[in-house]
Amino acid sequence: MLKNRIIPCLDVKNGRVVKGINFVDLQDAGDPVEQAKIYSDGGADEICFLDITASNENRDTIYDVVKKTSKKCFVPLTVGGGVRSIEDINKLLNCGADKVSINTAAVQNTEVVVESSKKFGSQCIVVAIDAKKNEDKWEIFTHGGRNNTRIDAIKFAKKMEDSGAGELLVTSMDRDGTQVGYDIELMSKISSTVNIPLIASGGVGSLDHLVDGIKLGNASAVLAASIFHYGKHSVREAKEYLDSKGIPVRI
Amino acid sequence: MNVTIVDYNSGNISSVINSFKEVARDKVKIEVTTDLNKIKSSDKVVLPGQGSFKSCVDALNNISGLVDALNEFAINNKKPLLGICVGLQMFADVGYEETETKGLGWISGKVSKIDNQNGKYKLPHIGWNQINIVKDSKIFKGIENNSHMYFVHSYEIVPEDKNVVSATTDYSSNIVCSVEKENIFGTQFHPEKSDKVGLKIIDNFINL
Repeated sequence: MLKNRIIPCLDVKNGRVVKGINFVDLQDAGDPVEQAKIYSDGGADEICFLDITASNENRDTIYDVVKKTSKKCFVPLTVGGGVRSIEDINKLLNCGADKVSINTAAVQNTEVVVESSKKFGSQCIVVAIDAKKNEDKWEIFTHGGRNNTRIDAIKFAKKMEDSGAGELLVTSMDRDGTQVGYDIELMSKISSTVNIPLIASGGVGSLDHLVDGIKLGNASAVLAASIFHYGKHSVREAKEYLDSKGIPVRI
Repeated sequence: MNVTIVDYNSGNISSVINSFKEVARDKVKIEVTTDLNKIKSSDKVVLPGQGSFKSCVDALNNISGLVDALNEFAINNKKPLLGICVGLQMFADVGYEETETKGLGWISGKVSKIDNQNGKYKLPHIGWNQINIVKDSKIFKGIENNSHMYFVHSYEIVPEDKNVVSATTDYSSNIVCSVEKENIFGTQFHPEKSDKVGLKIIDNFINL
């Protein structure tokens, strides 16, 4: 039976983790490689890096992080943030990323998704959708949530599937950082519209939120950042909790 | 001893290289090449493959003499070869991804799209699934039945001779996920991404 996945996400800026795990035995709390290794040893089903480096001159730092991580972690590694072109995707894959998530570029130019999924295979192309509710619909935001495109998120999700995306990483901008839970309505609407797997993101504050994301939101995988930070919950605890709720997980 | 990973522009093979190097350490030499002589003289060959069946077969054929070298290695000389993902799928006679495409014909059978039961199951089949070991394969030495492996694919190999099947996995149907035919081994799942248990399979192959 296929298991639901738990994906810890690390925000990386200039090659350093922004909000890290506050473990006392860490040599270097800001080292993404070391943290990724802790997550994979702890049973994470995948690791996600979100590169939030703002300046162009420091963009190359993520390549070095990916290179080092892929030599130590033998679970899938997804990297997103600032991916603009086929060349960016190629570089990340060559450094050892298994999947690349594309956000703004996918909205601005669908061809990036079409071409990259043809060239590298759908299995490594994840389209990241950042959506915010506006009355009775959800609208896509780009540029790290600063720009409202007014594009309907549900329709866009379908379009991305048709363009060759292998998975969708859906983040509710309303919920992100609030710790009040995923936007279940958004997740289940998109999940029932597309036939590709959905990764739910944005708003996790408790282990019950992970359960809801899978049971109610119909997500194949749940992504979370802050609940795994500062040692609030370990990945293993999360998996044992999901297991106790009847959700199939890899333990 | 040396193990050669065939680099034929089949997509992203960094993870395969990293995992084999991790397992091999300094004991075994890992080569990444398309040099035909190196492939022929190698002790073991790994045939990775990502993207579509057609794109991988086209990439193989684009390198002059490569298919002949692989045939000589695996069929004439019967040396151990491991196909991963589309690398395994290409063992079949024919594949139906994008368009009908001829495979290597090492294992009679076809590669067709997984039946998702009218959208009841998501495709690609992505994530960790358990394998049912149905045959004592040499690469499963020390691997427990029902171990979790990482999968990502939408197509499955359907061999005519079920005796070559060494493991299956349950999704929308019972899917063949590993084969062993004499010196030829293949996994639909990605041992290079399947954590410690996956690395053990790689170790088993290296130590054949």
